[in-house]
Amino acid sequence: MNTPQLGISLEPRSRVEQGLLARVLRFMHLDGWLLAGIGGVLVFSLLTLYSAEGQKLPELLDQVVRMLIAFGALLFMAQISPSWLRRGSPLVYGLGLVLLILVLVTGDIGKGAQRWLDLGVRFQPSEIMKLGVPLTLCWLLHERPLPPSFGLLLLVVLIVVLPTGMIAVQPDLGTAILIVLSGAVVVFLAGLGWRYILAIAALAGAAMPALWLVMHEYQRKRVLTLLDPESDPLGAGYHIIQSKIAIGSGGVFGKGWLNGTQGQLEFLPERHTDFIFAVIGEEFGLLGGLALLLLYLLIVGRGLYIAASAPDTFSRLLAGSLSITFFFYVFVNTAMVMGMIPVVGVPLPLVSAGGTSMVTLMAGFGILMSIQTHRKLVAR
Amino acid sequence: MAGTLRIKDHWREQQLFTGRMVIAVILVLGLTGLVVARLVQLQVGKFEYYSAQSSGNRIRVQPIPPIRGLILDRNGRVLAENTPSYQLEMTPEQVPDMPDTLRRLVEGGILEEGDLPELREIITSRRSFDTVVVAERLTDEELAAFAVRRPHFPGLEIRARLGRSYPYGTAAAHLLGYVGGISADDKKSLDPAEYAGTTHVGKISVERSFEASLHGTSGHEDVVVNVHGRKMQVLDRIRSLPGRDVILTIDMDAQLAADQALQGKRGAAVAIDPRNGEVLAFVSTPAYDPNAISAGLSRRAYLALQEDIDRPMFNRALRGQYPPGSTIKPMVALAALHYGVTTPERRVGCRGFFSLPGSRHRYRDWKPEGHGSVNLYSAIEQSCDVYFYSIARELGIERMGSFLQTFGLGAITGVDVGGEQTGLVPSPEWKKKAFRKSGEQPWYPGETVIAGIGQGYLLVTPLQLAHATATIAARGQRFQPMLLKGSRDSATGTIEYEAPTPLPPVPEQEVYRWDAIIEGMHGVMHGPRGTARAVGLNAPYQMAGKSGTAQVFTIGQNEKYNAKDVAERRRDHALFIAFAPLEAPRIAVAVIIENGESGSKAAAPIARAVMDAYLKNST
Repeated sequence: MNTPQLGISLEPRSRVEQGLLARVLRFMHLDGWLLAGIGGVLVFSLLTLYSAEGQKLPELLDQVVRMLIAFGALLFMAQISPSWLRRGSPLVYGLGLVLLILVLVTGDIGKGAQRWLDLGVRFQPSEIMKLGVPLTLCWLLHERPLPPSFGLLLLVVLIVVLPTGMIAVQPDLGTAILIVLSGAVVVFLAGLGWRYILAIAALAGAAMPALWLVMHEYQRKRVLTLLDPESDPLGAGYHIIQSKIAIGSGGVFGKGWLNGTQGQLEFLPERHTDFIFAVIGEEFGLLGGLALLLLYLLIVGRGLYIAASAPDTFSRLLAGSLSITFFFYVFVNTAMVMGMIPVVGVPLPLVSAGGTSMVTLMAGFGILMSIQTHRKLVAR
Repeated sequence: MAGTLRIKDHWREQQLFTGRMVIAVILVLGLTGLVVARLVQLQVGKFEYYSAQSSGNRIRVQPIPPIRGLILDRNGRVLAENTPSYQLEMTPEQVPDMPDTLRRLVEGGILEEGDLPELREIITSRRSFDTVVVAERLTDEELAAFAVRRPHFPGLEIRARLGRSYPYGTAAAHLLGYVGGISADDKKSLDPAEYAGTTHVGKISVERSFEASLHGTSGHEDVVVNVHGRKMQVLDRIRSLPGRDVILTIDMDAQLAADQALQGKRGAAVAIDPRNGEVLAFVSTPAYDPNAISAGLSRRAYLALQEDIDRPMFNRALRGQYPPGSTIKPMVALAALHYGVTTPERRVGCRGFFSLPGSRHRYRDWKPEGHGSVNLYSAIEQSCDVYFYSIARELGIERMGSFLQTFGLGAITGVDVGGEQTGLVPSPEWKKKAFRKSGEQPWYPGETVIAGIGQGYLLVTPLQLAHATATIAARGQRFQPMLLKGSRDSATGTIEYEAPTPLPPVPEQEVYRWDAIIEGMHGVMHGPRGTARAVGLNAPYQMAGKSGTAQVFTIGQNEKYNAKDVAERRRDHALFIAFAPLEAPRIAVAVIIENGESGSKAAAPIARAVMDAYLKNST
């Protein structure tokens, strides 16, 4: 009896008030708020990349092309209704699994790790799993009574561990952790009992020493470096020291666009990829950093709103999981660049240069938009 | 039934989900708050700190070393200049494994094991980002060999630098000295700011004594560098001021003539202008190659130079101390005239030896059969020892010694390069202090006798002897010997000349007394029985001179001196002093040949050659 009320109260405007733009958006199954947030972040990205890549237009155009491809993915996903998507979820998961196995067997070596698969276009199958795992879990939980039973949880663990195990041995610990996280978010939102949550937390704590043992040498070094970056200022601690200098020296107002000495003089490593947030902090200052965080909050907030107003379990869990996982990307990257957590290879979503992760993210936003714009058709 | 269950579940699930969403929102806001707090901490709280770090990252102050001044002779001939060369430099902070790198440099033949201790000391005494010179003046082969292996030596770099070169090589070696890498010892006396970019410093002689003029003023450049240290932008630049060119009093013709004449001998020749104390020639042989030393000798080559029995590193002209032998006679004669002990006319009979009253000990004349009856003129002309034994005894050691000191003997002359030795004018007081055994402490009358012919304890340096000769030529007027004629601003070309420094004159104003000894010295060169008349023949000018032969060790009584029996290094030292032209002297020369046996035969021709070379084109 609460359901109709809930639906009405969360409806932003009545249909009569909608203008031309809103009607175009609705026709294309797009969401204005999300688009505004994403657009703002992409503008940030282009400005910063132009500065960080040495003011070269060709590189910038490459990124624009990647953005357009990613937007295509968004458009495509937005057209698929949640019910169709739900039915296709296991297929996406299965495809991802097959490709991951292929990577293990034949994959290219990129930056010392085996992550890439060359199928005409080079891409990382682990990206598919960023969507495949939450999709499958939501599909699985959709039909089942919630909170999930113990047996169901075992199945969930299997679904998560199978791909992440393969990704972790590539080795790509960062992506593996983020995928585990996205799965955890799904079961958390599905109402996982607190005693399970406590048990998992305890287990994770106990597993830490074991994790330390299986870590690669460079991964251990990253953790140690976080604790004391000065111990190795020209080695592993260099990234963190230089990015803190870049951000700190930006001050409140920043050194100005194209004027960041740390970035322009190449003191800052990986400045157009994982450490781009340091360039933003240096050139645009605290105000620029806060503006970007606000745009991210807008996107995450809108995503959570879509989740809250979604009509069925599948959409609800999926929208919530995608939004919160996106936020985790933002948090992990910014916290890492500012030396709050160890260096893990997570790019700043939508801002760092690079195509694959952006396509995945935008496809995710396409799903969110689809959930939002197909809602009434499903509900009524 | 299933239906009701589903509806009930649906409601519960919705509630559950809403609860979890609230927790998620709190989590999102909380983590965002953490990130914002960190941003504020870095960008507001520690802004000053990170700003300074950022500036330090990008701004480097690079010293610009000045170009060292040239060294010129009095006629503008270049004696020391700067030529480009390649050297291997190291930035210690960029070297990942210092011991391993040094080991491999030794294995590659670029360094020697013996160089390492000093190099390590320099590395630790400098700041880690200061460059340290590892090897200088690389040969083409070394350049090529290193270029191939360069990637294996991070932190090492080949740089083109201006190196010091000396066109006249060994001929001016002891005169000019050389430059070398700044040692830990040098650093104590150098201004670190002025020498921040300088790699070499004058080590000895002219190069060291006039370091302050030659070095110039260091400049610096504030540059923005990128992470690789590459210069991206120059913020500020203070140019260095080149060092002043140093103009020496040396006449290179005279210098080369002296060097040539001394080839193959151990000895020294110093020429001075009696009118002002300007040093015209300053040669010590054998000499080292200053080009090789400035380029950086290997430890082994340096030790070989140090241990050479002929002592090529020893500056005989400045630091060698020799008994003056008969070259002291004109001064002893003047002392005797001064104190009224003798007159120009007084005659002394010479039978080939002299004995003190009441003693049988014979002080032998160099001419066993004797000179017969000699006056002061012929005693100098023929170098009669008996005459001088006689007047020395009458003078006494105190009067003789104090008079010789008025010629500048027994004390440093004050020449404007450092490292002089004092020589020795003995006295009874000196002997008391110098000897420990009581039997050796008293002054014996015989020691006064042999002092009259420049033997015994009397010691002079070639520079002192030349200065004393110039003083005779100037009839008692004395000037401090000087090598620095002036210095030239290398930008404007304006020259600042140094003024001669007069010293207290010899306290003897009677012209006839000066005439007496100078006439005797003239007779040495041009008289019918002059000891060096062979050397005075066919000279286009008249000159005055005096030969000297100094015993290296004492010959026993009644022993015949046989040069062939005595090892070469035990032969007498040959000395000669001279000045010319006689009527208005412009050059005074002192020459010493170690173990040269005869002053008139071995040393006199060298003095003549120097005077010829100088007077040929001087006025």
